[in-house]
Amino acid sequence: MQKNTFMQYKKKRQISFVEAIREGITQSLQKDKKLFLMGEGVDDAASMWGTIRGISKEFGKKRVLEMPVAENGLIGAAIGCSIAGSKVLVNLQRVEFSLYAFEQIVNNAAKSLYISRGKHNVPIVIRLVVGRGWGQGPEHAQSMENIFSSIPGLKVVMPTFPNEAKELMINSLFDKNPVIFIEHRWLHYSRGEVDKKFKISKLKSITKINSGKDITIISNSINTLIAKRVVDTLKLFNIKVDLLNLVSPNPLNLEEVFKSVKKTKNILTIDLGHKTLGLGGEIIAQIVEKNIRLKSSPVRMGLPFHPAPSSMGMIKDYYPDGKKMLLKIKEMLKIKDYKFKIIMEAYNKNSPKIPIDVPDPYFKGPF
Amino acid sequence: MKLLKLFYEMYLIRSVEKKISLEYPKGNMRCPVHLSIGQEACAVGISQNLKREDVVYSNHRCHAHYIAKGGNISEMISEIHGKKNGCVGGVGGSMHLQDLSVNFMASIPIVSSSIGLSLGAALNQKRLNSNKITVVYIGDASLEEGIFFECANFASLHKLPILFACENNLFSVYTPLKQRQINSDFKRYADAFKIPYKKVNGNNIEQVFSVSKKIIQNIKNGKGPYFLQMDTYRHLEHCGPNNDDHLNYRNKTEVEFWKKKDPLIDLENKLLKKNDKKKIISIKKNIDKKVEKIFVKVLKEKYPTTKDAKKYVYAI
Repeated sequence: MQKNTFMQYKKKRQISFVEAIREGITQSLQKDKKLFLMGEGVDDAASMWGTIRGISKEFGKKRVLEMPVAENGLIGAAIGCSIAGSKVLVNLQRVEFSLYAFEQIVNNAAKSLYISRGKHNVPIVIRLVVGRGWGQGPEHAQSMENIFSSIPGLKVVMPTFPNEAKELMINSLFDKNPVIFIEHRWLHYSRGEVDKKFKISKLKSITKINSGKDITIISNSINTLIAKRVVDTLKLFNIKVDLLNLVSPNPLNLEEVFKSVKKTKNILTIDLGHKTLGLGGEIIAQIVEKNIRLKSSPVRMGLPFHPAPSSMGMIKDYYPDGKKMLLKIKEMLKIKDYKFKIIMEAYNKNSPKIPIDVPDPYFKGPF
Repeated sequence: MKLLKLFYEMYLIRSVEKKISLEYPKGNMRCPVHLSIGQEACAVGISQNLKREDVVYSNHRCHAHYIAKGGNISEMISEIHGKKNGCVGGVGGSMHLQDLSVNFMASIPIVSSSIGLSLGAALNQKRLNSNKITVVYIGDASLEEGIFFECANFASLHKLPILFACENNLFSVYTPLKQRQINSDFKRYADAFKIPYKKVNGNNIEQVFSVSKKIIQNIKNGKGPYFLQMDTYRHLEHCGPNNDDHLNYRNKTEVEFWKKKDPLIDLENKLLKKNDKKKIISIKKNIDKKVEKIFVKVLKEKYPTTKDAKKYVYAI
């Protein structure tokens, strides 16, 4: 009996997303001596929002290499080092910095295996953080998952929950391919149950967050949390959603989506980046190609086709939120006005009134 | 210094390149080729001082570097013909030669792109405390790319075992150096990062060989990176088997001047003073025969299939 209680306690350990990332990195460094970190400010006081805090002290400077501010050359070096037999985790504070190294990522990371006919493995992970809110503005808030996902040879992962963050970090670090690890800054605040153990599992393309027969929603990163609140509200009104979390958009495997849409016959996609030429477009195109009959027109959500402005006054309509999702679902499922009013009331009751440029406390979880 | 050995290596490259140039119009080599004729001494002089385990990265003009490092010539010719037996199975063509059995890691055709990779190779060598070094062949235009500066800074900061082997052939495609940089003295780039620097006549094999011998020893002794400028000239067009002198982007007297300084003829004349003419002729004949045989064999080889095209996108 006692042992059981202990096991339960162990299972319920809750840590933050930040701690989950750090645990994944730390355990991987312990398991694989060939792995080392590279980054700008790897040893500074902020240490990537705490995600790599103390790692340099624990593993020494040889395992945690400070990079000059030179993303192109240094990501090139990370690739060259991994071809030579090491493994490198590159830490960048924003997605946009990786653009300096786009040539290295697209030409060398993504194609070395192909060109060498399987001889050059490139086991690197490039951690990129997506900013949002508090005036991040045009060049600190892009996610670009669609761009990285359009390149054969790269893998792209986007965790939502703390347990997923740890699992994906470990899986990425033990993958033989180059992995772009896209991490939303607001998710750092979330907490949830995370297994203490080190475990390598197969990288999944999609995880199912909720099962339902009425409509399929596919989203990723922070949008999955927003969708989850919508799904939880709809549940109270007997509207059941298949909520799919696209944790790995590259390589894209949509079997789970096809299965779901065949059942629900309604599909709503939510992109973290721009809606135009986003992942949602590809997902819906593949559903159409499969000739899966739908009951309502497919709907895509995502960012409008302009950069993210800094001012609070300009971002009101920029990001998909729960209310916008509910309005789309109302149209798709033809929910009657009187019923929708009650749904909205229920949704609003659970959503505190907060400024739009700071994280919703809901994002803290626990999940 | 075994001059005959150097001659053999240089003539081997010249013979292969000449044969490519000759056969190219037949249309069996269906990819761009950037021939190394005129620049053989740079690659041979350096490679003769390298061990098999030393790593080399190259660029779009990679044939000489590949052959000088001991890359398999038959697989190179197959590759240029797009055959399955090619060194990378036909996916790369002339600009993507590699032969891992001699640590000729890769040729990357985007100018300067290989500098990052070679920096990584050198970083790995240093981390493992190996006695190996990395050579990256770059050109004059490479020094205009930001990545060179990023990597030179890091290489110097961490004293990495890397040789920046810079072949200055005075042109980036058709654009002369003087339209792109203030002058042709690249010492300023090395000085900026306190990297030791030397300039040699890249068409003088004895000079390239003896200078790079000392440099490579220095790097192996843990003294950090080195920058070697080798002034040289390509005889044929930027890309393709012909001359492109009709475009008049190179001054006639300049072309004549450099052709007179042909590194191979220069060495051959020296050898003829000490050796029997017949010996030199027989070396050349044997190489030509060997090259001829390879071309005949490669023509009979099979092409890879569309099934092969889908392989190795991801490692499993």
